[in-house]
Amino acid sequence: MPDLSITRGPVSRRLPRRHTLAPFLLQAPSVTALLLWSIVPLVMTLWFSFRRYNLLEPSQTGFAHLENYRYLLGDPSLGPAILNTFLLVGWVLVITVGLGTLLAILYDQDFFGRSVTRVMVVAPFFVMPTVSALIWKDMLLDPENGVVAFLMRSVGLKPINWFGTAPLTSIVLIVSWQWLPFAVLTLLTAVQSLDQERKEAARMDGAGPLAMFIYIIRPHLGRAIAAVTMVETIFLLTVFAEILVTTGGGPGYSTTNLSYLVYRYALLETDIGAASVGGVLAILLANLVALFLMRSIAKNLDA
Amino acid sequence: MPSKSRNHQLRARLLLTVLGWAVALLVFFPILWMILTSFKTEKEAVAGIQHLIFRPTLQNYHDVQQRANYAHFAWNSILLACGSTLAALLIGLPAAYSMAFRPMRHTKDMLVWMLSTRMMPAAGVLAPIYLLFRDGNLLDTRSGLLAVDTLMNLPIVIWMLYAFFRDVPAEILEAGRMDGAGYLREIFSLLLPLSMPSIFSTSLLAIVLAWNEAFWSLILTAAKAAPLTVYIASFSSPEGLFWAKLSAASTMAILPILVFGWISQRQLVRGLTFGAVK
Repeated sequence: MPDLSITRGPVSRRLPRRHTLAPFLLQAPSVTALLLWSIVPLVMTLWFSFRRYNLLEPSQTGFAHLENYRYLLGDPSLGPAILNTFLLVGWVLVITVGLGTLLAILYDQDFFGRSVTRVMVVAPFFVMPTVSALIWKDMLLDPENGVVAFLMRSVGLKPINWFGTAPLTSIVLIVSWQWLPFAVLTLLTAVQSLDQERKEAARMDGAGPLAMFIYIIRPHLGRAIAAVTMVETIFLLTVFAEILVTTGGGPGYSTTNLSYLVYRYALLETDIGAASVGGVLAILLANLVALFLMRSIAKNLDA
Repeated sequence: MPSKSRNHQLRARLLLTVLGWAVALLVFFPILWMILTSFKTEKEAVAGIQHLIFRPTLQNYHDVQQRANYAHFAWNSILLACGSTLAALLIGLPAAYSMAFRPMRHTKDMLVWMLSTRMMPAAGVLAPIYLLFRDGNLLDTRSGLLAVDTLMNLPIVIWMLYAFFRDVPAEILEAGRMDGAGYLREIFSLLLPLSMPSIFSTSLLAIVLAWNEAFWSLILTAAKAAPLTVYIASFSSPEGLFWAKLSAASTMAILPILVFGWISQRQLVRGLTFGAVK
């Protein structure tokens, strides 16, 4: 027998309550899956970070106190890894948000073939990481046969061995190319949602392109830029495939970031204890970022 | 005067056209170059830009298919991308429905928490996941990676469907309620037909994300269950300097998803910025 007692107005989102059990059952599979996925590995990482655990030395077990932490803090690659993580995130953000803003405004203008060019600019985002890394490493940046080397030679410059002399810059270049479309697309969406009438009114009042950008477009883009920054940061903190297939973290530690450091410990050196300490660091770092992100998302929920 | 200003406008438009196309070609060039290279011979491929004009060959596509068993990896990618999307929809849709139409006191916190699981850095849990997979005999199995891909997609699917469902007027479902529709009938005969377009675009985005997932694929699979992201990575070994074949394999690996991506780009913004930008 359906419950007909509608006490709230039709605007209310809440439907009349029948079984209090139903929402629980409907959400249970998702909640359980995500709970297990987020809690179990996290607890294991913490646990392992205090254990002696190397896959190649099964006899060495037991509680390690802070041994792993001390070991990792003494590792000469930890400093570079943390620095590289920040450099990678920072530079890619500067490049993609900066260029992204300019391109968003460009592709908001009316010109011939605009929709085709938009499709072209967005395309790199849908290229899988291993493909974009290898196209750049081989066909574009190869010091012998790459397109960039050819262009440099043709204007009389000596081609650079990109991944040898400027390894992190090369990675930044590849990752920026992958994420520029996301910035353009998001900012373009924001620009387009800008009230045409306001733009028109400003133009009528004699606002030039620069004044238009500073007083009308930029304030409106603030929220979108914040969103791009935060979403990209989350993904960029864990860049891995691009490093694995191009430099393998080298030369030296020059392209090792935290993700790669953990991978190296866990799978190449099979030191689960040390890898877990790296994992704990990565989680702390991401949580710092997420803290800010979560706040603004919670705000959007109310909007 | 009006003709002069129109002239001025036309010139501005032409200038923008040149600029817009130049930038677009520059950004798109790596993909274009890859597609061109895939139709060259290996010799022409490494000869750089000198072979701008060449006789296109399909040999690479043939070779990649014959020698490397491309179809095997493509099939894995298809199964993983579609399977994880379907699974995420299956368990995420009821949750999104219940949270959108029957919000409880903690529904908002629940949503934020679900999203936060997506932000957990993969490196943070690499070691335990690897060990769990090893001990559960899940390394290099499709079902293992399928589970991970599903869990990666689940928060995004729930989030997007929740956002879409919130736009569905509750009165429509209420009307069904009066007719005595049960929960399941409510979902299947009222909500699903109504929100097919949203479910479709959510699925497209989930497929794109799973198709391009590289971190866990590289860690957890090697050959048997390896998707295309892993297969392409095998070209990075020193003995694998086959640019034309790499290009052919890459072109095949990205073209279908490029089309999906273009269709779903609006949802992508909404989905990845978690509704902050619509």
